[in-house]
Amino acid sequence: MYTVPKPPAAGASQPAEAGSTTSTPAESKPLAMIPKSRLRTKESFFADAAFRTVVAGCALALLVSVALIFFELVSQSHLSRSKFGFQFLIQSIWDPVAEDFGALPFIYGTLVSSFVALLIAVPLSLGTALFLTEICPRQIRAVLSLLVELLAAIPSVIYGLWAIFVLAPFLRFYVQPFLAKYLGWTGLFTGPKYGWGMLAAGVILAIMILPIISSITREVIRAVPRQQREAALALGATRWEMLRISVLRNARTGILGAIILGLGRAFGETMAVTMVIGNRPQIVKSLFAPGYTLASVIANEFTEAVGDMHLSVLTEAALILFAITLVVNAMAGLLVWSITRGAPSRTLA
Amino acid sequence: MSNGIALGAFTLAALIVTVPLFLILGTVVYRGLPALNWSFFTQIPKPIGETGGGMANAIVGSLMLLGVASAIGIPLGIGTGVFLAEYGRNKWGNVVRFTADVLNGVPSIVIGMTAWALVVVSQKHFSLLAGSVALGIMMIPIISRTTEEVLLLVPQPIREAAWGLGIPHWRTTLSVVIPTASSGIVTAIMLAFARIAGETAPLMFTAFGNAFWNIRLDQPTAALPLQIYRYALMPYEQAHQQAWTAALILITIIMLTVIVFRWFAGRSAIKGAL
Repeated sequence: MYTVPKPPAAGASQPAEAGSTTSTPAESKPLAMIPKSRLRTKESFFADAAFRTVVAGCALALLVSVALIFFELVSQSHLSRSKFGFQFLIQSIWDPVAEDFGALPFIYGTLVSSFVALLIAVPLSLGTALFLTEICPRQIRAVLSLLVELLAAIPSVIYGLWAIFVLAPFLRFYVQPFLAKYLGWTGLFTGPKYGWGMLAAGVILAIMILPIISSITREVIRAVPRQQREAALALGATRWEMLRISVLRNARTGILGAIILGLGRAFGETMAVTMVIGNRPQIVKSLFAPGYTLASVIANEFTEAVGDMHLSVLTEAALILFAITLVVNAMAGLLVWSITRGAPSRTLA
Repeated sequence: MSNGIALGAFTLAALIVTVPLFLILGTVVYRGLPALNWSFFTQIPKPIGETGGGMANAIVGSLMLLGVASAIGIPLGIGTGVFLAEYGRNKWGNVVRFTADVLNGVPSIVIGMTAWALVVVSQKHFSLLAGSVALGIMMIPIISRTTEEVLLLVPQPIREAAWGLGIPHWRTTLSVVIPTASSGIVTAIMLAFARIAGETAPLMFTAFGNAFWNIRLDQPTAALPLQIYRYALMPYEQAHQQAWTAALILITIIMLTVIVFRWFAGRSAIKGAL
């Protein structure tokens, strides 16, 4: 049966669509679609193959690096995993002298500080993203988005420095008394007011993950088709109703992905948290109390670890951290990808 | 009315978000300026109690760490980016892309620990090389992702024109495609540079820090972020002052790099990872 071949797509064939099946001349097809027989007769076959090997070797180096990370973490933590097994995740003791370790306070600290950070950061970053994409006048949009991205450029240790000397005293003298007085009944804001502690760690983490959540949310909001917004407006919706109905509802998955990406970043954050969280491995309900996170204990104790068991235990803590961030980032990437459909993501991770 | 409240809330959120940036930058400038003098750039740290002293060894150490890290990270990053753009439109490309995203999300302290296990443990001492390996590994995903984006933006007709002239594929990529995308690649490199410059955690047990001069690859080295961290935690006002000044220098370098290259990136529509 004779079928009319479709004419080649107007303009340049896009490099992103390698699956093109139209009958274009061989040279303008993506490299993968040129029949191998034609390639092998070219004079440059060996040079092409060499180049491809070198470049593939670089990509392989990337794969090898990640494999090495995983391998080293697993092998260095073998001592600890074989001694403690699953108990490590649910025990609370941390005794280097008696060589008895349990990571529960650290897991708790990591989770709580990150969730406090999310609680503060998500409304602010969603609001910022919506402002920048929908409300902001074009002239100041570039400046304002640059400012938000500059927040991501500040090194973690400088955040920590600022948190010790400016944020913690501020929390101690102005915020914590206020919280203890009006919200102390919840049990979350009781105890001595040090300034530093779980709350300070949560606040500084919130500032650090703001740019990521905001930037990806903007990507995701931009990916919502214009017709959706126009349809809502044509039906008589106000600006906010239009955003709620067409933009936010469509971008829901992507926004969730952005939030989870921010969470993943918060899990792995080391320096700023170590400097203000108080470094006491305990599980206490109050946010005023000091805590300890997985990353902080590694940073604090690794160079002073005495004995192979201590080192091995810290490596197991790193393995837990690696596993958590891997799962979280993979989940988030999947959610964001489902909205932006594989367009190269512009993350700030 | 809920329309006005919602839009007002978003505007308020955007305003609140810019406040910490100015607070932090302002504090760093205000607290760091007093000790910013010539001796800071030329002397090594003096013991607490003695006046003067600076962080010259940390500044040089940081520059060397970044230099060697770039020598590792830039070729591998660009190579991976070229692979993904030119040969990566298939399953293997997706595997590499996913792995690059994984590596991007790995906490920096875990990467430092890997470099420790690979380099420090086998050489039995801390070293500049180990620190650079850790930093270099961190650069790879940032550079490769942006390089891929930029190379994909080079129009296909340019490649086709070169092929039509008989230029082999490898030569096209090297001499035609990459130079066309060079400004984007340079932007990617500088942004990766800015990100690495402030990293402390991977250096804590690789380069380890040093109170004296060191330019050898196989010895521990001081670095600005490490010094900031250690001095911030000391109970001496003099140390705190040094930490603020070091922070001022570090943040100036990073901010200038980011502002300049983000501005260029905005012009040529390359939004690289930071």
